[in-house]
Amino acid sequence: MSGIANHTAARAESAFQWLRAGLFASWPSSIATVAILYLAWRILPPVLDWALIQAVWSSEHPALCRQLTGQGACWAFITDKYQFILFGTYPADQHWRPALVLVILLGLYIVSALRTTRWSLLAALWLAGLVLIGVLMWGGVFGLRHVENERWGGLTLTLLLATFGIALAFPLSIVLALARRSDMPLVRWVTIAYIELIRGVPLISVLFMASVMLPLFLPAGVSIDKLLRAQLAMVLFAAAYLAEVVRGGLQAIPRQQEEAAQALGLTYWQRTWYVILPQALTIAIPPLVNTFIGFFKDTSLVVIIGLFDFLTTIKISLSEPTWTGFGVEAYLFAAFGYFFFCYPMSRYSQRLEQRSAHGTALGRAT
Amino acid sequence: MLGHLDPAKAGAGLSQFTGAFLGPRLRPFVYQVLLAAALCLGIWYLVSNAAQNLFELGIAAGFGFLSREAGFAIGETTLLSYSAADTYLRAIVVGFLNTVRAATLAIVCATVLGVVIGLARLSTNWLVAKATAGYVEVLRNVPLVVQLFFWYALITESLPGPADALHPFPGIFISNRGLVFPILKLAPVNGWLVAVIVLALIITVAWILRPSSTPTSRDKRVGIPIALAGGLAAMLFVSASAGIELDYPAFSGFNFSGGGSLSPEFTALFLGLTLYTAAFIAEIVRAGILAVDRGQFEAAYSLGLTQRQVMRFIILPQALRVILPPLTSQYMNCTKNSSLAVAIGYPDLVSVANTTINQTGQAVEGIAIIMLVYLSISLAISAFMNWYNRRFALQGSRR
Repeated sequence: MSGIANHTAARAESAFQWLRAGLFASWPSSIATVAILYLAWRILPPVLDWALIQAVWSSEHPALCRQLTGQGACWAFITDKYQFILFGTYPADQHWRPALVLVILLGLYIVSALRTTRWSLLAALWLAGLVLIGVLMWGGVFGLRHVENERWGGLTLTLLLATFGIALAFPLSIVLALARRSDMPLVRWVTIAYIELIRGVPLISVLFMASVMLPLFLPAGVSIDKLLRAQLAMVLFAAAYLAEVVRGGLQAIPRQQEEAAQALGLTYWQRTWYVILPQALTIAIPPLVNTFIGFFKDTSLVVIIGLFDFLTTIKISLSEPTWTGFGVEAYLFAAFGYFFFCYPMSRYSQRLEQRSAHGTALGRAT
Repeated sequence: MLGHLDPAKAGAGLSQFTGAFLGPRLRPFVYQVLLAAALCLGIWYLVSNAAQNLFELGIAAGFGFLSREAGFAIGETTLLSYSAADTYLRAIVVGFLNTVRAATLAIVCATVLGVVIGLARLSTNWLVAKATAGYVEVLRNVPLVVQLFFWYALITESLPGPADALHPFPGIFISNRGLVFPILKLAPVNGWLVAVIVLALIITVAWILRPSSTPTSRDKRVGIPIALAGGLAAMLFVSASAGIELDYPAFSGFNFSGGGSLSPEFTALFLGLTLYTAAFIAEIVRAGILAVDRGQFEAAYSLGLTQRQVMRFIILPQALRVILPPLTSQYMNCTKNSSLAVAIGYPDLVSVANTTINQTGQAVEGIAIIMLVYLSISLAISAFMNWYNRRFALQGSRR
């Protein structure tokens, strides 16, 4: 009995100590604690009341939303438009196709994050997955109806832009990173000029270039559709940023690795492919994930050139007379949508960073 | 498994093939000639296409359109007067000044906020550390455009109209038309005087804050400049108060008159940009301080320095060396991100250039102007930070 009592007392004691050290260690610390608690008490209840308790969830009575403006959030807007926000204007009877694409994409992300699959198998999985996604979205084969890509949209389009963008930009970025370290001055200068030019200008200007300027540079009669042009712009943009990350990885490899490989009689391509790149890319994984997060967020900029991605579909839904004036709810939902994908990725890269930092510290100690 | 796709083998094959014809010394030369030829051909092809297309569209290439009348109005012209009758060139300059105004203000405020939040994340107070960590995670993982749309919607949809504007302090009105506040009005002569004194003050403060490597020599030098700065500040106050008056805004008819005002577009852009950039700066500051070896803290404390002195003379100078390079790229990002203003209708450079392109069809020139301006801003920021970085670098470790 007394043992348990002691134990409880000890726990109470340690809890008290934690409170003291964690919340009231000094006067400034105590003031900060009280201030934060006061703010939370003032802000949280009304916000929760607005967002959850008074909120309108069912889209059957849009008029109810109007009555409660300012008192309760209007989530009915999302329950009404969710198909448009997920799939854009994809034909309603074919919605299973983009839905399946979403599942395949999520599956690919998760399998890649587990880091238990071999590189070669992973590459094959991605190749197969991307081909399957292309078939599902476009159709026109295996009895699937053809759906032109003007009708792709919503969350599906956002994920496609980001995934295909990275999948295409990554190999290009490796070539750029290697070219930037080339012994041939012209190759080096051209690459440096390209990378620094792209990194010095905002993505919008590159998107404008693809949407307004590119058609001018194509011969008469040749036209590339808007989605493809935007995707091209995003690939060229992402490749410049990824190239710098890959270069960081390459620089972290000691010169001796290169020299040892040379001494073994390996050619430049053999050295790069079998010795340097596997090590450099492994080092570069955490910053690569961070670049991917940035790129995923950047896909939202296509709203400016009018592609129907996740954000644009939400914005367009808002322009319907029934749902005008509910921008706060709509953009909170949009924010939640992006957060849902970016936050796990950022946690993942933080964990990798910690693990690799731990690894190098140990490596140094031994 | 993917052996047939192996670029190492393909590349090796290529090397052997070319190697059979060309010696190892000639090969790189040939490659570069080929690259130069491909580049020239590609550029020639694109330019000839463009020339043909422009000819058919009846658009004259070149920057001649800049001197034509723009014919569109710009909502915000704070720093340079502008009307629809002015030229495209003036419109673009106004757009550029709007970009500079938003970006500069956001960079300054985001730096202050970011440093505070970055330090707060390292606080021993659990609540402070968690609250600021939450702030950073949320702000960093939501695209800036979404945040801009959100702030803009919050301002224009949720705030009351000007007739029943929020009125938290005397002279300050917050409504769906933006923020209205009192401003200082100066007689023109005083204005110049104040400008000169402010400049002198800035130079003095910069002198005081100029980096130095040894703490002791700095302690001795600080007294005189501080006295100088104090004297200048006093002069500023006296000279300004001679011809100064407060211009209070007042509600009349349908809107406010008098005072200064910030439009909803500018307010949303400034808020979004500042809060977003601050989250990134906070992470940079935190990482910079964490990068300083623990032993440095312990050694400094064991020398008997106070907590303030440890921070000021031991930790911050070392942390700053880690912080500055990523901070520079954050400043450049912030400037580039200010171009998202076009999404919420703030007339920045990109927005004005976009309108110009739509009206004149001069897409190549318009985009060239946008890119040139941003490139020069990026280069200017990076040149300044490189110079500053050199001043801060350890003696003898300059590379």
